[in-house]
Formats: sequence, C-alpha cells, structure tokens
Amino acid sequence: MPAVQETIDQVRSIDVDQYKYGFETEVEMEKAPKGLSEDVIRFISAKKGEPEWMLQWRLDAYKRWLTMKEPNWARVSYDKIRYNDIYYYAAPKNNPAPKSLDEVDPEILKTYEKLGIPLREQEILAGVEPRNRVAVDAVFDSVSVATTFKEELKKAGVIFMPISEAIREYPDLVRQYLGSVVPVTDNFFATLNSAVFTDGSFVYVPPGVRCPMELSTYFRINEKNTGQFERTLIIADKGSYVSYLEGCTAPKRDENQLHAAVVELVALDDAEIKYSTVQNWYPGDAEGRGGIYNFVTKRGDCRGRNSVITWTQVETGSAITWKYPSCILRGDNSRGEFYSIAVSNGMQQVDSGTKMIHLGKNTTSRIISKGIAAGKSENTYRGLVSAHRKATGARNFTNCDSLLIGNQCGAHTVPYIESKNASAVFEHEATTSKISEDQMFYCLQRGLSEEEATALIVNGFVKDVLQQLPMEFAVEAQKLISISLEGSVG
Amino acid sequence: MADVTLMKTPAETGLVQAFESAKTLLPGNAESRAKAFEQFNLRGLPHRRVEEFKYTDLRALMREAAPFAGTPSAVQAKEALAGAKALAGVSALQVPFVNGHFMRDAVRFDALPEGVEIVPLAEALASGHDWLARLSPIPWAADNPVYQLNTSFMADGVMLRIAGPVETPIHLRFVTSETSAVATATRVLVLVEDRASVTLLETHESGNGTGHQPNDVVEIIAGDETNVRHVRMNAEGDQALALSTLAVKMGTEAQLTSINVVVGSAVSRHQVFANFDGENARAQINGATMVKGRQHADSTLVVEHAAPNCESRELFKTVIDDEATGVFQGKIIVPHHAQKTDGRMMSAALLLADGGSMNNKPELEIFADDVQCAHGATCGQLDEDLLFYLMARGLPKKEAESLLVQAFLGEAIEFVENDTVRDALTATVEGWLRARS
Amino acid sequence: MLEIKNLVVQIEDKRILNGLDLTVNNGEVAAIMGPNGSGKSTLSYVIAGKEDYEVLDGEILLDGQNLLEMEPDQRAAAGVFLAFQYPLEIPGVASMTFLKAAINAQRKARGEGELTTPDFIKRVNAAAGQLEIPKDMLKRALNVGFSGGEKKRMEILQMALLQPTFCILDETDSGLDIDALRIVSEGVNALRSADRSFLVITHYQRLLNHIVPDTVHVMSSGRIVKSGGKELALELEANGYADYRESEAA
Repeated sequence: MPAVQETIDQVRSIDVDQYKYGFETEVEMEKAPKGLSEDVIRFISAKKGEPEWMLQWRLDAYKRWLTMKEPNWARVSYDKIRYNDIYYYAAPKNNPAPKSLDEVDPEILKTYEKLGIPLREQEILAGVEPRNRVAVDAVFDSVSVATTFKEELKKAGVIFMPISEAIREYPDLVRQYLGSVVPVTDNFFATLNSAVFTDGSFVYVPPGVRCPMELSTYFRINEKNTGQFERTLIIADKGSYVSYLEGCTAPKRDENQLHAAVVELVALDDAEIKYSTVQNWYPGDAEGRGGIYNFVTKRGDCRGRNSVITWTQVETGSAITWKYPSCILRGDNSRGEFYSIAVSNGMQQVDSGTKMIHLGKNTTSRIISKGIAAGKSENTYRGLVSAHRKATGARNFTNCDSLLIGNQCGAHTVPYIESKNASAVFEHEATTSKISEDQMFYCLQRGLSEEEATALIVNGFVKDVLQQLPMEFAVEAQKLISISLEGSVG
Repeated sequence: MADVTLMKTPAETGLVQAFESAKTLLPGNAESRAKAFEQFNLRGLPHRRVEEFKYTDLRALMREAAPFAGTPSAVQAKEALAGAKALAGVSALQVPFVNGHFMRDAVRFDALPEGVEIVPLAEALASGHDWLARLSPIPWAADNPVYQLNTSFMADGVMLRIAGPVETPIHLRFVTSETSAVATATRVLVLVEDRASVTLLETHESGNGTGHQPNDVVEIIAGDETNVRHVRMNAEGDQALALSTLAVKMGTEAQLTSINVVVGSAVSRHQVFANFDGENARAQINGATMVKGRQHADSTLVVEHAAPNCESRELFKTVIDDEATGVFQGKIIVPHHAQKTDGRMMSAALLLADGGSMNNKPELEIFADDVQCAHGATCGQLDEDLLFYLMARGLPKKEAESLLVQAFLGEAIEFVENDTVRDALTATVEGWLRARS
Repeated sequence: MLEIKNLVVQIEDKRILNGLDLTVNNGEVAAIMGPNGSGKSTLSYVIAGKEDYEVLDGEILLDGQNLLEMEPDQRAAAGVFLAFQYPLEIPGVASMTFLKAAINAQRKARGEGELTTPDFIKRVNAAAGQLEIPKDMLKRALNVGFSGGEKKRMEILQMALLQPTFCILDETDSGLDIDALRIVSEGVNALRSADRSFLVITHYQRLLNHIVPDTVHVMSSGRIVKSGGKELALELEANGYADYRESEAA
C-alpha cells in the first residue's frame, strides 16, 4: 500500500504547525459596511447586479431571520456570535468580476498556486490525462474569481458558473430551483444564508448528458472578520450524471469566522449526483483559539424516479462543524448515500451526520460514518433515518464507527430511526473502540513506530469511505487525515 | 422555540391543585416533596421538544390528571387481590398493593424468609427511617420529570432490606381496582446488602376501560457481590397511562438481570437508570414489548458506566401490531475514567401490520478510549424466507408467524433464570399471540 | 405422481422457466442436472410455493391435485417436501419445538390427531440415530450454529419424520464432505419406497453415485432439453454442459 508510506512521510514532515494553508493573501478588498441590515443586503444585491425578485427574496429571508433563534440542540458549545461584527461582503477591489485569468489579481492567482488548485486550463492539460481534468470555480471570500473549462462544458450543454452570474443569465432556472430543497425558512443558518449569500456555484446538466469532467469549487476565506455565505445549486436533469467536488481552506486567525453555506441538489428521473467534500477550514489552535464555525445546510432532493444522490465528506477542519448533508428520497426507487470521515483533534467540536427521508416506494439509503476523535475534541454522529407511511419497501443500512485516540476526547452517536411503514427494513449498527493493543503490538513488533502504526490502522478504519472519493481527492484526503491526527499519539 | 413558556394544560393545572391539597397530608419530609414538585412544575409535563420525551409527548398524551386513589376497603382489597392473575402460578412471598396502598395485613411480618426485612414506606417516611438516606441515589433519575412527580406524590410503598441469599422470590403485586380513573404513586426501595441475592417480581394490573395513571418507582441499591434478578410485567388495563422508573445502583462485582414485559396500557413509559458504581459489575437489561390497537409503549434507558471494567448488555424486543407505536431510547454513557467498559445495546422491532410505527434512538456517549461499546437497531417485518421455510414444513401462515414472534421475544425472555417465571412470561406471549389471530 | 406441464415462470420481469414439462412417477427417483442459472432452484421453489415467483402459464399436479392453487403449508400437508439448498437458521426456536410444531400442523391438516410427546420423542430418536444426529443438536435452536453437514442432516431428519410423498433435494450435496454425503445419502435411500418419489437437483454426478436415479433430465434455459437413464449423468460428467449451453445460445 504505497499510500500508507506516503501518509507516514507526510506525518513525519510536519512539524509543530499542522495547518499548512494558514497563510494570508495581501489584496486590497472592498467590503460592505460591517454588520447586517437591509442596507447591507441591498448593497450585496446591487454589487451582484441582481434582478428585483432576488433582492426581494433576500429581504424576506432577512425579515424571517430576525424572528428566529440560533439552534442549540447540537452537542457543540461556543461563545455567542455577534452577527453585527461580521462583514457580509468582501471582494478584491481591483476587479471583483474578472472576465479572464489575465484580469485576476496576481496575488490571488499565487494563492491558488500555493493551495495547489489549477486555474489555468493549459497547465491542467499539460499535466494530466485529459479524462482526469477537473473544472474549477474558485471562490475568494464573497466572489468567484475564476471558473475554468466553462466553454468546453457549454459545448456539452452543461452550465457551470458562479451563481451570481447564473441569476443574471439563467434567471428562470435559478428561480425554479433556488430554495426548493432548502426552503428560505428551513433553519436559522439557512435563512441567514438566503438573506446574504454572496457567491457559490451553479450547475445544470441537461437531460441525458453525462458531464464530461469532474466539477469543483474551491472556497477560500481570506479577509478577517468576514463570513462566507456561499450558495450552491446543482440540477441534474433526467438521465444525467455529474460528479462535483468541493474544497475549502482559510488563514490562521485568532478570531472565529463564520461559514454558513447552503447547498441544494436536485436529481430528476434517472439522474445521479455525486457530491464530495474535503473540508479543511482552519480548525483553531491547540488551545481552541480561532477557527471557522462551519454551520452549513446541505440537502439533496431525489425528486425523480430512480435518481441517486451520494454525499461523501472528509471533515478535518473547522473549530466547530454543524452539518448534515441529507437526502429526500421522493422519487420511487431513488437512492441516497452518505459516506463520511470526521476527524477531530485539539479542541475541535464536530456534530455531523445525515438525514435520509424515505418518501417514495422502494427507496434505499446507505450510511457509512467513521468518526475519529483525538486530543480534547468532541465528535458526534447525529443522523435521522425515517420512512413515511407510503414508503413501501424502503431500505436503510447504517454503520457508524467511532475511534478514540487518547482519553480526553469524546465520541458520541445519536441516531434517530423512525419507521412508519411495516415493509421498511432498517438496520443500524454502531461501535466505539480504540486501536486494539493487539493490533498495535503486532505493528510495533514488525518494526513500525507507534505513530506509523496509528496512521496505518486509521487508514484501514476509514478505507470504506475513502474508496468513495474520486482518485485525486482520496490521496489528498488521506494525507489530511494523518496531518489532523499529528501529535495525537503518546 | 423551546424556551417559549407554554400555557399550562388542564393536566398540569390538575397536578398543581392535587399537590396543593395533598402536600400537608402526605407523609414525611414536606420540603423534599415541595422541591421535587417545584422542579417538575418549572418545566411542566414533558413534550416532544424535550429531547428525552421526543417520541412520548406526555403533554399531549395526558389530557387530565386523575385524582389520587384513596385507601381501599378491606373487602375491595381482598377482591382485587383474589382476581389478580399476573404471575399467579409462581410461588413467592407476596407483597401486595391495592390502589397504590401497601396491604400490610396480607404480609406475615413474623414469618418472613431469612434475610428479608420489610418496612412500609408511609411509616418509614413519617418516622424518618434511617434507610431513607439511601433513597434517590441516581442523578439521572432526580432530573427526570416522571421521577420528580413520583417523589412529589409518593404516598405508599415498601422498603426491603435483603441481607444474605434469599431463595424465595419476592412478588411486588400492584393492582388497581377502582372503576373510575385514579392516579397512584408508589415507591419501593430495595437495599441489597453485600453478597446478598434476591429475585424481585413486579406486576402491575388493572381492569380494561379505565384510564388509571400509575407512576411507580423501584430503586435498588445493590451492594458488592450481590445478585439481583428483577422481572417486571405491565399488564395494566387497555386505557391506562402507566409511567414507571427503575433506578439501580450497582456495587463492585454486582450482577443484575432485569426484564420489563409490556402487554398492557394505552400509553406506557418505562425508564431504567442504571449506574455502575463499582468495578467488575455486570448488568443484563431486557425488554419484551407487545403492542396492538393504538397502544404506545416507550422504553427509555440510561446506562452509566461510572466505574471501570463493567459490562452491560441491553436487549429490547418490540412487536407492533395494528396501528400501535413502539419507542426505544437507550443511552450508554462512559466517562473518562471508566476504562475497559464493555457495553452492548440492541433494539429490534417487528412490525406486523401496515399502520404501526417504531422509533429507535440508541445512543453512545463515550469519553474513555479503552472501551468496546456498540449498539444496534433493526426494524422490519418478519423474514419472508423464514416464513416460507416454516410453511414448506406444513405450518399454516398464522402459526408460522406466531412461532417466529415467540422466538423473537424469547431471546429477551430466556435470560430469566426461574423456570416458573420464564414459563409464565412465555405463556403471556402465547396469550397475546392467540388474542391476535 | 408429479406432473408439470408447460410451466412458465418469471421473477421481477425476468423469465426463468420457459415451458417446462416433467413427469415423476410414484417410486421414481428423478435427477435434474444443468448449468448454473438454468432454473433448477426456481423449479424447486415453484413446486414448494415460494411467493416471489410469478407463474405465467402451465400447471403442477401432485396425484392430480393442483399445487399452484395451494399455500406452501397446504402443499407440505399434501406431501411435498423441499430439502433446502441453504436451510434457514431460526434463532430462539429449538429444533425439537420446531419438529413437533411441523409434524402436528401436518397431521392436523390431514385430519389426524396430534402425536403424544413420548411417541414424538421415540420417532425423533429413531430417525436421529440413523442420521447420526446427536441429542444436544436437537436441543439447540434450529440450524443456528450448525455446520453445513449438520444442516443437511437436519433436513433429511425432517424428511424422515414428515413422511412426504414427493421429496425435492435441492443441491443437497453442496458443502458436504464425503462422510456427510454418505450419511445423508443413506438417509435418503432408506426412505425410498414405491409410494414416494424424489426429485434430486444437482450439479455433479457425485451425489448420483450414492443416490442412484431412475431417470436423469438435463435442464437448460428453463426447459428440460434431454432425458435419459442414469448413464446420462455419466455422459454429462465426461462432456460437461457445453453442448447444452450452445443449444441455449441457438
């Protein structure tokens, strides 16, 4: 297993500083006035050149949000967020909407280079096999700075562009689907997002089209005191297929920053969407100072018959994660899958899981969750599987395993399993364990160090989920996991 | 939304009135009762936004508070006990209660088995008996609204002290025989001294058609190297709203087996709070629930491994017919220091008809790294392949179903050591299945 | 006598049997051989009455009674016995309890009285002894934790106790070592009689050395494509199923 060797090397090469994406980019930014008000929302809407209906949608959301309370049921604790101390819009001053890469601020281009995100199509072509190409939408704070392969995708009929552009260019499509999976009033953070979202990606795959390449969005929070509120909307029309990847990083800062995203997926008849995330927001330091509050709402609607939505997530970053990528299995024979690895170390708190709502007949779902807690972190799996009265023949299989490294952390499992249909068959199993002494001894006896042995065993523990990721991502994710666990042994 | 103050429901108002008029009459320390009621009253009846009661919304299910039952006449008590059927064939020391009142005349205090002492609770409360200091040992229970209600209203019960091995089972027999709905609140405190062992049977029955509201608490303080076998049966009438709590604290190397068999009640909620207080203790906590019609049965369980090296096994089986609802909520808690904990919890449900529902919420809350904990939950119909296999051997469909349901529940019942008791529980299952077909 | 005429069966829109004809006379041992996927197990399930199979056409008569109109338990009472390829495990049901329930259910269906317990135990012990089934195995839950050989012996024990008139052995030899194969075959041979017939489904000639058939049928694509005497099995063993697969393709 060469990947294991790579993991070990990676673990070795890391010194005290574990987070390698913590640098800051010096760019002059234009920001909305600090805080949240109707005026700020009008400012954002005007900056994006939005039609009146969009502004009205935002303002309605804002009014609603003012009446809502922050949820407190998750197993996370944090100081109260002061929503009026946040900047809700920050964009590079020189050219917030570049037409081509030549117009993008060279500092920003350097940033993506350092992060290893290819923005120049010709470079990508030179380096990799054509079929492994990945189209990228790069979102820097509140704006998309570059989207690659747009033209080529357009030839295949696939629309891939920043959502702010889509609102102008494809208003009917956006209006039809925006908020149709995650309603404006869904929850506190989703409502906030609906009021202030700034950018994110829009994807539409027409009927019968298999998207010719992987699509991805790379989110970067750079500016301080700024929240990122992206909105992603992916529509797979009848019989189409798309695989979408999402990555994210942020500089190291002592203050906490809020990231409240909404992702909506719609799969029509016979369509399939694969959505993969490698979440590596800044997790804060060893004492729990700083780090991103990652409060996101992700939901997929298997609206059509035989549709499939798969969520795969590797969660290593953020000070606090509050995230439940879910599937509404509305179409008959539709399928939802959730594969997750959540690694927490230091003072991180993770409360994550999924919801599989079985509404249609013969719908199936599968949940594989691997939680690894180290340091003084808290790692909770929270999930709902439900079958409604008419969900005849629904099937779910859930497996959640937790691994504790050290005895100052906590691993928790909170599943809700609700069946209102006799023919639904639900199976749930969960285990919590440590790396067994026998396994460890066996590895040590064969000459591995304790750290190497841990990496090896953890790799085995998460293998089922890593296999679900596209190849390039899997390698990246594996490295990340080892890095996140650095210093947790001994 | 959760912190919005809710309007008091008629049941809540009724409980306040009941407490006001009863508090001076109830025996014992008025202050601790008042404190418990105040804690209850602050939040009121738990509803679906209270996480622990998410699936059993007492605010909605308890429309009115039934008046508390008075002491029955001697004739009424005698008739009630003569008609009691639950575990009737088991030879045991009878400790009977009618309408929530301990029938002390039915117990021959001068001829108790060796190692058994019984003190009526009302008496103990009134005199401030020194065993009372050992009451309410489990924080999880103390915070629970159902337990708080019991503490507020407990009017009678017994305190049992077991010193040494006791062979004869002790049967706590609860019968409610009023023809109009009444509430009862009983408390049984069982002190099992080091190295003692005992079999406790607990049965609850009442007639159909009356919405009685029993709220029973059994607290067991099991010392070191004790062995406690506990069998509980809810055979309440079809309109009863039955709330019950078992709180157990276990010492070093203590052994516990407990099973709750539910066939009765319109609404029932049985709560178990088990606490491992000493090392190398072991508990097997089971449930066998059979519900039909529109019955609602909730089993809620918190197992706290407060000491290292303990083992717990929980096995809950629920069979749901018609439009009934089953609920299982189980939580295993392992704090930082409870290394080498071995905890396994399983809830399995069978839905026999289209209208039924099952809600499973098994939880793990683990802070120690050197542990083996697992939970599982399944929910579904009878296995069609098994049914076919049995039918291919000549069993008609109903009979094949019954055999499989029996086997399904049998896995939870087989832990009962006492043959007569186990057979009686098996007969209960058979009776339920016969009534079905 | 079992008569199958023009049997057409599908499962989940997939045609498995395509107009199968087969007659097995009283006292006859008929073997059915054929490649994987030819429909052998489907045939056994359809005769026994498994639900998932949709019979589109044809009939199955046992001594003139139309089996297709009966529930699986009624077919069992009428004399059909299927020895499963993979006998099911039933946790919580002791083998003895199960055997008694099955025998009495069938007796009841035929209007006979229940067996007394001593009589029942006597019969079980006699049959178990022949099949070298130890007593403690009968006390354990049915097939739970049994080895492959033990499960198959338990099937034959049930056959011996239930005294069916038409027995189907579905790949009974799979997973058996040579000793288990001998014990099982002897058990079956002891049950051979003029008023009982057998349908032996197998892949290999091996089993047929122990249970010698009167007739051999080759099944392919859901039909009987060739019938003959026991020598046909030897021919198949030598040449394989290739010839019949080609006929499948054609």
